[in-house]
Amino acid sequence: MMTTQVPRRPWLQRWHVKPIGWTLVILILLVASSRMTGVDVGMFFNNLGQFTDLLVRMSQPAWDYLPVILHPLYETIQMAILGTTIGATFAVPFAVLAASNLVHNRWLRGIIRLMLDLVRTLPDLLLAAIFVAIFGIGSTAGVVTLAIFSFGMVSKLFYEVIETIDMGPLEALESVGANKLTIIWYAVLPQIMNQFVSYFLYTLEFNVRASTVLGYLGAGGIGVFLQRSLNEFNYSQTAVIILATLVVVMAIDGISNHLRRVLL
Amino acid sequence: MDKTPIISFKNVNKVYDNGTVGLKNINFEIPQGEFLVVVGLSGAGKSTLLRTINRMHEITSGEIRVEGESIKAYKGRSLRLLRRKIGMIFQNFNLVKRSSVAKNVLSGRVSYYATWQSILGLFSATDKQKAVQALQRVSLAEKLYARADELSGGQQQRVAIARTLMQDPKIILADEPIASLDPLTTKTVMDILKRLNQEDGITVIVNLHSVALAREYADRIVGLRAGEVVYDEPIADVTEADLNRVYQTV
Repeated sequence: MMTTQVPRRPWLQRWHVKPIGWTLVILILLVASSRMTGVDVGMFFNNLGQFTDLLVRMSQPAWDYLPVILHPLYETIQMAILGTTIGATFAVPFAVLAASNLVHNRWLRGIIRLMLDLVRTLPDLLLAAIFVAIFGIGSTAGVVTLAIFSFGMVSKLFYEVIETIDMGPLEALESVGANKLTIIWYAVLPQIMNQFVSYFLYTLEFNVRASTVLGYLGAGGIGVFLQRSLNEFNYSQTAVIILATLVVVMAIDGISNHLRRVLL
Repeated sequence: MDKTPIISFKNVNKVYDNGTVGLKNINFEIPQGEFLVVVGLSGAGKSTLLRTINRMHEITSGEIRVEGESIKAYKGRSLRLLRRKIGMIFQNFNLVKRSSVAKNVLSGRVSYYATWQSILGLFSATDKQKAVQALQRVSLAEKLYARADELSGGQQQRVAIARTLMQDPKIILADEPIASLDPLTTKTVMDILKRLNQEDGITVIVNLHSVALAREYADRIVGLRAGEVVYDEPIADVTEADLNRVYQTV
């Protein structure tokens, strides 16, 4: 009988040295960082009772509160749509300029990316605080905040999508004698459109959730009511607000899934 | 027959940034209306040679003339006008797969329009007719509204040829146009290229791996090895033994 001679595995692979080593390193880092920052994991479990207490108090939603929050919820959705649309629109040209497969000038790309990093570094709460100070309490501040925040997030997602496209059609359009803008329009956009839509909707969903928090700072929308109910310890109202927001998020998620299926 | 050269290479060299020699002292002329096949191993410089003609690749030294004019100094608009009269066919077809066949074919015409016109898709009725005619020439008119990725490989390559026809090219460069096709579609695609050569008088330059195909379609065969022209004969003088020499490994 013939037996095939299997080459011997090196001992590094045989004893899975690398994966085991990395797991150990990560575990040690986790434990060390929680020690250093004074995070007490035990406390989480000891105080779990308070959390369940909160859940119990929220378990009887005050449904009669629902008509009151419908209008602010509507306003929140409008804010999110406006903010996301403005942010995403501005993100497209910046994403193109930041994509390494379209812009070969390293300096230009570097400056654009630095700018985008800066925008992303600003926390949305800080932005909201600034714009409430500038525009006063109301949804204008909220929309501007969401626009800038979406711009930072979407531009990064967009340029990463652009960097994965098939370069063949670009070469073909270049050989036809098309200029840069035409090449982007004919060969780049069709390749990325459906992922753009998908990321746009993800950001929209994110912004609906974010704008509830922004309301805390007076940036309009449902967040104002969330803050009020929490301040009054009226958890049955809080529950209604959370559930209503959940419905909106689920609806956007459904639309997003459907569009992705259709567009793919 | 007296034919003026449409393309001429004079002492053309290409050295890549990392020191690899791409092309070495290339000297030859291509008469108008010729069907030229370039053969050679992978990495012999066939693709590079082809792409120097429409300046998709830059050369290091020497001179290339197209229609008697040196193409070295072309920039911006003049470079786009050069590329407009040179169609190009690729191994991977390079269609925009998510776009319709119509849009892919019309995209071959964009260099005849201002940017805003092509972006808004404002093609003239004549050019839309022309797109249908181009598809008829490759027998695919019924696929006008299909999405490019619904087509088979051979059909996609024919759409790519239709796109090239929209340029009204004087020269067609085909870089391994049949490398990803089966034998039957290979024949269809090569026959179309031959017909464009004979009926429209388009100068066609094709890179091929297959010596048999080269002998079947070419007017003239040029062999490349390690960036050098090691063989250059009209089809009447080509022998099997000669071609084997091109494929010697050393």
